[in-house]
Amino acid sequence: MSNNIYIPYVMVVDKITVEAPGVKTLRLRFQNEEEGNKFEFKAGNFAEYSAFGEGECTFCIASAPTRKGYIECTFRKAGRVTSGLDRLEEGMTMGVRAPLGNSFPLDDWKGKNLVFVAGGIALPPMRAVIDNVLDRRDEFGDVTIVYGAKTVNDLVYKEELKEWEERPDVNLFATVDPGGETPDWKGKVGFTPNVLGEVAPSSDNAIAIVCGPPIMIKFTFPVLEKLGFKDENIYTTLENRMKCGIGKCGRCNVGPMFVCKDGPVFSKVQLNALPPEF
Amino acid sequence: MERLIIKSDQIHTWLAKIIETVPRVLAPVKTGSKAEFREIKDANSVAYDTLTTTSSVKASAFPNTETLFAYEKQGTDTKIYDVAEENFLDTVIWRARPCDAVGFGPLTKIFNWDYKDKLYNERFSRLVVVSFACDKADGCCFCTSVGGGPGNTAGSDIMLTKINDKETLVEVLTDKGQKLIDLCKDCFTKADDSIDKESVLAQVPVRFTREQIHDKLAKAFESPIWKAQSERCLGCGACAFVCPTCACFDIQEDAHGNHGRRVRCWDSCGFTLFTQHTSGHNPRPTQATRWRQRVMHKFSYMPDRLDIYGCTGCGRCSRACPVDMNIAEHLTNIANNE
Repeated sequence: MSNNIYIPYVMVVDKITVEAPGVKTLRLRFQNEEEGNKFEFKAGNFAEYSAFGEGECTFCIASAPTRKGYIECTFRKAGRVTSGLDRLEEGMTMGVRAPLGNSFPLDDWKGKNLVFVAGGIALPPMRAVIDNVLDRRDEFGDVTIVYGAKTVNDLVYKEELKEWEERPDVNLFATVDPGGETPDWKGKVGFTPNVLGEVAPSSDNAIAIVCGPPIMIKFTFPVLEKLGFKDENIYTTLENRMKCGIGKCGRCNVGPMFVCKDGPVFSKVQLNALPPEF
Repeated sequence: MERLIIKSDQIHTWLAKIIETVPRVLAPVKTGSKAEFREIKDANSVAYDTLTTTSSVKASAFPNTETLFAYEKQGTDTKIYDVAEENFLDTVIWRARPCDAVGFGPLTKIFNWDYKDKLYNERFSRLVVVSFACDKADGCCFCTSVGGGPGNTAGSDIMLTKINDKETLVEVLTDKGQKLIDLCKDCFTKADDSIDKESVLAQVPVRFTREQIHDKLAKAFESPIWKAQSERCLGCGACAFVCPTCACFDIQEDAHGNHGRRVRCWDSCGFTLFTQHTSGHNPRPTQATRWRQRVMHKFSYMPDRLDIYGCTGCGRCSRACPVDMNIAEHLTNIANNE
């Protein structure tokens, strides 16, 4: 990459997976192999994805750094750029500026039990961490995942959910909002924070990682508190509108902190110190 | 630093030499009753009778719209083209004001505090700033409240101060400045030590200090003052566009079939869409929260994170505001009441 920080890597769309209505995962490989070999990232980092002709948009890298040779992004088709990404076909090229932002402190979590709580399209940023943890499974304690979507159809990573379900070393609790179930749905029915309360994972020697829409996060924190999770053991990844991703364009800040530079990963202790502006 | 004297009638002889030698010279040029920085080819086109230009001179290093890179789609492949070297021109800024020159300080910090922004740095490194000290000020000026002053040399390569109708003091502040002097050595004589620059400068009263504002802001996030002050704000963004230190930008696509360019354009924290998520959620949903961001960013976040304030006291935002929001008045209010 040139020292012009706005020039993206050119990447080839290797595989497209339709996850849910309007939601796709693109598996991307570096067109320039040498660039690919040098590329390193950590779970929690995000990227600026370019659909040439449409623009750039921001999502976390949805694949784990332990799965080499590619990165994945999962997005919902919503605006101009995501519609452009949605139109891409396998073999076509797009742009990626990455890795950006900070990451989850996985190395500090060795030996701990991990509780993942995710809602809707917020599973992708967490999936990078989950897969990363599962690839280094013996370094961590119990792994509990509470994942909710509006309807059965809206659940993303359906194949992976099956795999996690079958693994004896993962406790998966998938749930859909009341009314979103189908006749053959065997998971839970209820809003994610309620299901978390019901499942009641122990806070003993545990870290909670929460990601979802602002409303879900708002209702999840009190449940975690009730379960005895201390603020320093709760992590989330914030999403704000971004353009540059490198601390210059001036829009993603929450008080003095830039989500793109100081985040996107924040502990609840850090969140408590921020003004209510996210 | 060297102090020289130039005779008033020699100034344009020198400027003509500069225009002849330097690829681009920007200077205030009359646009109706106001003035703006434009490229000049003739020394006589400089407007000297306006206090400041409407817009600052920041576009010389951070253009309103600039190409970040160009691309061409070829089948499934995409070719990317970096910004070519010839887009960066050696430039003299003629008759900047001290509040213009000092504005490059905050800009340079923003574009370099972490990632280095090559495009800004390439342009900025090619600038030579020739400032004219102010012998007049208006009610919007408040440079002395934010660490500057009508004769402040920070950020300038050369500063000119008109001592009387016949003579102008020339302070040569940097090597870049010296090179411009060398273009017309005969135009200058050594300045007498007795020449007192301060006596001819405009009087700009100090209304508050930056530190006062900074301290008050620490507890002011939830204050009702933001709503009170921004009640009449239209969210037009004029304040940000004319500001010498506002660096917020948007990144957009300029696409034409299979080729196009990624462009960076000025943006403003005063716009609703600036922070609005795709979902419709907006962390700064009202003009009050956006006005708070503007003041906080300049007087709290920037000093805390970048060790520099985001305001030079040039008063342009107040002059440009269609509903007469006067930032100096609002800051005085915060300093005294919050």
